[in-house]
Amino acid sequence: MSGVITGLEESASYNRNVLSYIHQAAERGVYDIRGLGAKRHVPTFDDLVFLTASASRYPLEGYREKCTTKTLLGTRSATNPIELEIPITIAGMSFGSLSANAKEAIGRAATLMGTSTTTGDGGMTAEERQSSKTLVYQCLPSRYGFNPDDLRRAEAIEIVIGQGAKPGGGGLLLGQKISARVAAMRTLPEGIDQRSPCRHPDWTGPDDLTIKIEELREITDWRVPIYVKLGATRVREDVKLAVKAGADVIVVDGMQGGTAATQQVFIEHTGIPTLPAVRLAVEALEAMDVFGKVQLIVSGGIRSGADVAKALALGADAVAIGQGVLMALGCNAPTWTSGNEAIDATEDYHKLGTQVGFCHHCHTGMCPVGITTQDEVLETRLDPEWGARRLRNYLQVLTMELTTLARACGKSNVHHLEREDLAALTVEAAAMAKLPLAGTDWIPGSGTL
Amino acid sequence: MASVTGDVSFNLAEQTVREMNHYLHEVLPGEDVKQVNILHPNGNHSIAAGVDADVDVDVLGHAGYFLAGMNQHARITVHGNVGWSVAENIMSGTVRVRGNASQCAAASGHGGLVVIEGDASSRCGISMKGVDIVVGGSVGHAAGFMAQAGRMIVCGDADPGLGDSLYEAVIYVGGTIAGLGSDARQEQMTDDDFATVASLLRKAKLDYDPQRFKRIASARSLYHWNNDAGQRY
Repeated sequence: MSGVITGLEESASYNRNVLSYIHQAAERGVYDIRGLGAKRHVPTFDDLVFLTASASRYPLEGYREKCTTKTLLGTRSATNPIELEIPITIAGMSFGSLSANAKEAIGRAATLMGTSTTTGDGGMTAEERQSSKTLVYQCLPSRYGFNPDDLRRAEAIEIVIGQGAKPGGGGLLLGQKISARVAAMRTLPEGIDQRSPCRHPDWTGPDDLTIKIEELREITDWRVPIYVKLGATRVREDVKLAVKAGADVIVVDGMQGGTAATQQVFIEHTGIPTLPAVRLAVEALEAMDVFGKVQLIVSGGIRSGADVAKALALGADAVAIGQGVLMALGCNAPTWTSGNEAIDATEDYHKLGTQVGFCHHCHTGMCPVGITTQDEVLETRLDPEWGARRLRNYLQVLTMELTTLARACGKSNVHHLEREDLAALTVEAAAMAKLPLAGTDWIPGSGTL
Repeated sequence: MASVTGDVSFNLAEQTVREMNHYLHEVLPGEDVKQVNILHPNGNHSIAAGVDADVDVDVLGHAGYFLAGMNQHARITVHGNVGWSVAENIMSGTVRVRGNASQCAAASGHGGLVVIEGDASSRCGISMKGVDIVVGGSVGHAAGFMAQAGRMIVCGDADPGLGDSLYEAVIYVGGTIAGLGSDARQEQMTDDDFATVASLLRKAKLDYDPQRFKRIASARSLYHWNNDAGQRY
């Protein structure tokens, strides 16, 4: 057989991916920056299964009996807590990283589903305020576009300390996405490579955070809930500090969380997976005796109704989704839609040096389907109405999957899902979630055999 | 300490910051009140935060963190010292501190004027986005860190790291500069610069000769990713 050499052995340490990394580093002398989240395998919610009802438990009828999804957030101190129809929220993504059309589509879909959406690094746009019934306003280290008028217009405030894709790092938005509008909103020169700070400008450390939260409450007259968002690293300690600082809602973003542009070394090598992060956050809330009083939102790799259900069963009050939202809008799809016509975009993926299913080129601003771009031509590829319809469908499917699982566990309220409903399929997942390995009573690390 | 004059007074020895701020936000705009005095501030935080009204507010004593945070339109004077982050994110109006200010004065301020008649500690004007700042005394380290827009005048000395990672904000220093931060450089003063300094000193009611001042601005070498710098800026 010509051309086939047998007996070759690829190095596990220096496989083709590693070789490619070393060759590119040697050639270009610059590290990789990319979008989306971690691609490496980590233990996930896929490693858990539900122990649905049987003889020992009583299920509810899947299509007939009611299963509540209403979700209340921010009940600790705010006079106007957030009431959502579903426990699935939209994570913070900036105008700048996303097009105005994408932000509008997200706002419309969230409003249709009775859930919240969140601003991002770059401030609040008129389009997203108008399209979003419930809008969470992020207070980030950069404070780009941050102002008291928008603060008072928001239904909640989220102080961002960290993000799962890059805990300890600041945001990036490369020059090709700094359009005139983005630059004006951020008070920066047009076209520069914008690197957001990683620390807040006006407070340092948890004691200062307490006072910062008080200030935001004073400015908004204690009306709206204040969330604190953490990248999942030292979750137990960080959640306790955020609770002590007065947060109404804790948002924990696991390492699978996405980004529009971050150094690859951050994306793949920092933070802990969402699975143990949820468990650690719940333990911290319980230790502070605020479980159920301070709500928990979990994000980072939430893709399906099963993921939502498992996060809730582990103790989360709600989840936040970013990457799944973009994919519902057409991220990594082979076509974009004009009217009723599907237009092939594969050549545009190739121009970026990638292909459908592998694209993580949000940082380039040349999104083939018009989502993560500020390019005037490309952004027209996403029609907000079409996008809103798609995203609404996706959120609806997630909700139906969630309630299907909850009913099968005998729950008439998705918030009644509990740890006892779950088992782990792998030793790693069992250890991280502190759940019994399926078919055993063994929880690794618990000393129980 | 200034005498109590004006239409409305709050005594923070007896009333809460929350009551006072609620009045300033919700009640004051519907009344014909032009002057509010705040007695016994006693280092409380968030005094007069989030005011959006054409009013004079006098704070008669020392205040804590975040005094006049996110101020809009109001003219707020502190007859004492202030803690961290006075006038953070100020949008408009004037905040004047008759004493000294702790760290991060006027952090991320978008507009208006902040006057510190005494000294300001480290990171004064950090991330500023259009505010004008005048410090009658000296500033601590890393003043003007990542400052994006606006003008900062320091009549005294500046500690190390001045203007680190500056964007388009400009800093004028009358005294000695202990050291510039990354990408900050001293530039020639022009007639426009002297006029700017004179104008801001007038507004701040501080009497210094503009000819003493040096101009610090961005070298703009960090605006685009520069791999050859090897992160040794």
